[in-house]
Amino acid sequence: MALYSEKVMDHFRNPRNVGTIEDADGIGEVGNAKCGDIMKMYLKIEDDIVKDVKFETFGCGSAIASSSMATELIKGKPVAEAMQLTNKAVAEALDGLPDYKMHCSVLAEEAIQAALEDYYAKNPDKKPAGE
Amino acid sequence: MRIYADNAATTKMSRTAIDTMIPYMEEGYGNPSSLYVLGQQAKEALDEARATIAAVINADPSEILFTSGGSEADNQAILSGAALGAKKGKKHIISTKFEHHAVLHTLNKLEKEGYEITLLDVHENGLVDPEELKEAIREDTALVTIMFANNEIGTIQPIRELGAICREKGVLFHTDAVQAVGHIPVDVKADNIDMLSSSAHKYHGPKGVGFLYFKKGVRLQNLIEGGAQEKGRRAGTENVPGIMAMAAALKEASDNLEKNRAHLTAARDRLIAGLSEIPHSALNGDREKRLPGNVNFCFEGIEGESLLLLLDDKGISASSGSACTSGSLDPSHVLLAIGRVHDVAHGSLRLSLGEDITDEEVDYLIQSTKEVVEYLRSFSPVWRDLEAGKTPHIL
Repeated sequence: MALYSEKVMDHFRNPRNVGTIEDADGIGEVGNAKCGDIMKMYLKIEDDIVKDVKFETFGCGSAIASSSMATELIKGKPVAEAMQLTNKAVAEALDGLPDYKMHCSVLAEEAIQAALEDYYAKNPDKKPAGE
Repeated sequence: MRIYADNAATTKMSRTAIDTMIPYMEEGYGNPSSLYVLGQQAKEALDEARATIAAVINADPSEILFTSGGSEADNQAILSGAALGAKKGKKHIISTKFEHHAVLHTLNKLEKEGYEITLLDVHENGLVDPEELKEAIREDTALVTIMFANNEIGTIQPIRELGAICREKGVLFHTDAVQAVGHIPVDVKADNIDMLSSSAHKYHGPKGVGFLYFKKGVRLQNLIEGGAQEKGRRAGTENVPGIMAMAAALKEASDNLEKNRAHLTAARDRLIAGLSEIPHSALNGDREKRLPGNVNFCFEGIEGESLLLLLDDKGISASSGSACTSGSLDPSHVLLAIGRVHDVAHGSLRLSLGEDITDEEVDYLIQSTKEVVEYLRSFSPVWRDLEAGKTPHIL
């Protein structure tokens, strides 16, 4: 069996939403170069909807594929829904990741959440009540 | 274009090796321990193979032990050296920080059993300083084990000098020569070697077979108990087809060594020159004292596994010291040993060339690597920060 699923290889070879957003409403960066993975997410949010999302990633094949898939899963979705994105959902959408690569999907979840936290920090009025 | 550039991992079997092997499976399949003709023919064949191999490294046939490969030979040599030392109350072993795991993990085991291990520094150029070996040897040093040439960065150690120091101090000297034998001249007498490990599949022989050279008088410890094969030093019916193919492959490699070395060195130097044009990159290991076919680079701002996967898409088989390719979180211990920081060690690439490499293929390797590195950097946040001056360039 190949190391990665065809879905992982597709998102690795043709990553979706690569790049940056100049006037991003939220930016999140997680991981560190020492461990070999860094993900940076840029969000554009309008009317509580993730209008646009871009990413930059330093990392292995599954890190790049996880970033790409995570952006696809939240693009066009309400912010509240994006906040609920789990690493499990990212991994499942990629038809699975090898066990020792699951941390890549965790990083993707954390990067999205960090970008949303940044958005809320800049727009405290948008933060849902009770949190 | 398809280029296999991972010859340090394993090599394609040569036609000669395959042709030598097959008759020992189809016709000469006797057990060398059997007394009938078919068995005795197999035994004679083994004797011939032993003599061929011994001649290549300037040893006596009685000093060659067939094993399952380099790892087994390393294990047996080190455990034997340790046991011999312990009998005289010597339980100190010297090695280096960048040995193959077959050596390092055996040493870890001995350390748990009460041996003291000193690992010599290999410095930025990946070379052991003989003076440091001299200083490290103590009254209770049982064994020195230092690899002939490093498997990742290809640096060739001053083995003759290191061996001479050990001789002078009366300490056993073992070398893991898995990457050296068949590629650069190895002469166990001139190089002052007491034990040497070699593996057939690194020089176009089959996998699962190798040998241990042990100088006359060095008493080996058995790893495998059983029958009286190999004069009682390694039980189990001999891998006759594999051993015959190994001897044929080694003979061929040895006969063509100078020709291959010259060709590979030229190809290697062309590749190094081309890859050096990539900004913020660096060659790992000494520029001159390295194996003819070994090229190992670090590129800032990218991660090795992505690099390998994209090179694979371009038909190139290569390897990396990145953590992601090892299944652990740490990058290669070899790159860390020569002082590369984690961030940079993750972005390493090893290209180990085969003897049939052409200039056109080397140019394709250069062009492909340039493209992939540039592409991966185009969306790397690490590279962005380096280029923006937020973090300083290291390379």
